[in-house]
Amino acid sequence: MKALVHVTLKPGVLDPQGQAIAHALGSLGFSGVRDVRAGKYLELDLEGDDRAAAEAAVEEMCRRLLANSVIETYRFEIRS
Amino acid sequence: MRAAVVIFPGTNREGDMVAALRRAGATDVSLLWHKETALPAVDLVVLPGGFAFGDYLRAGAMAAHSPIMREVVAAAHRGVAVLGVCNGFQVLTEAGLLPGALLRNAAMRFVCRDVHLKVETSNSAFTGGYNAGQVIRVPVAHNDGNFSADRETLARLQDEDRIAFRYCDEAGAANDNPNGSMDCIAGILSESRRVLGMMPHPEDATDPLQGGTDGRGLFEGLVRALQ
Repeated sequence: MKALVHVTLKPGVLDPQGQAIAHALGSLGFSGVRDVRAGKYLELDLEGDDRAAAEAAVEEMCRRLLANSVIETYRFEIRS
Repeated sequence: MRAAVVIFPGTNREGDMVAALRRAGATDVSLLWHKETALPAVDLVVLPGGFAFGDYLRAGAMAAHSPIMREVVAAAHRGVAVLGVCNGFQVLTEAGLLPGALLRNAAMRFVCRDVHLKVETSNSAFTGGYNAGQVIRVPVAHNDGNFSADRETLARLQDEDRIAFRYCDEAGAANDNPNGSMDCIAGILSESRRVLGMMPHPEDATDPLQGGTDGRGLFEGLVRALQ
């Protein structure tokens, strides 16, 4: 099984990296990009085939290490 | 005063930190590798600057889960003084000993220069060597020093007199913020006032050869308070 984890800054938290990317897109002539939020994507290769257990474990991993709940939110999906 | 300076893989400011502590009169200063699982009997634990674990995932995130950090957190809860400078501040927020988080600098650039700080409170072992309102000059050198916290946390820090240092100009006015930190916050105290995290480097302003000695007050105050 794989866990596909997305970690992004919470709405309202300043994202200087996203702003710089938005600015660069504008410089390249891509108009109409209102805002860019940059984030992280992590792919976890998991042992076993117990989906419920994997979901609980990944939830705990996100809470304790993969995301910092002060500034970030996370979402993930488990794929067999 | 007995002090332990913790080293993670990627820490690089431990030498300056040890020198600053010794200059201030600390006689028993030891280095402690992050894999240690026991903390010696000390009055102060210091997490110095650097790039622990290469700042992977988030600055300080890996170091916060190093074996020694369990002991540091327990010691902090017992009232042992803990100082985190620069990367050490990032580790303390990731370990939950201090609120808020340190984001990428607002200008997306590593900032390395002298800054002025206003000492906001002298009510702690760390800032007792200064007068509240005093302006000092010390260097910063970081990529992720942009302090961020929710409105409620900021109000609490302010109400509980837990903002230790703010960035300011030479005259003490709040118009020189090197990294975009909310409320120009450069350093904060824990609720117990026994944990201080700050982005600037007071240890690098403790000898005239470093270009200034304004950082000495912090270490001399610590030695006096924890002797």
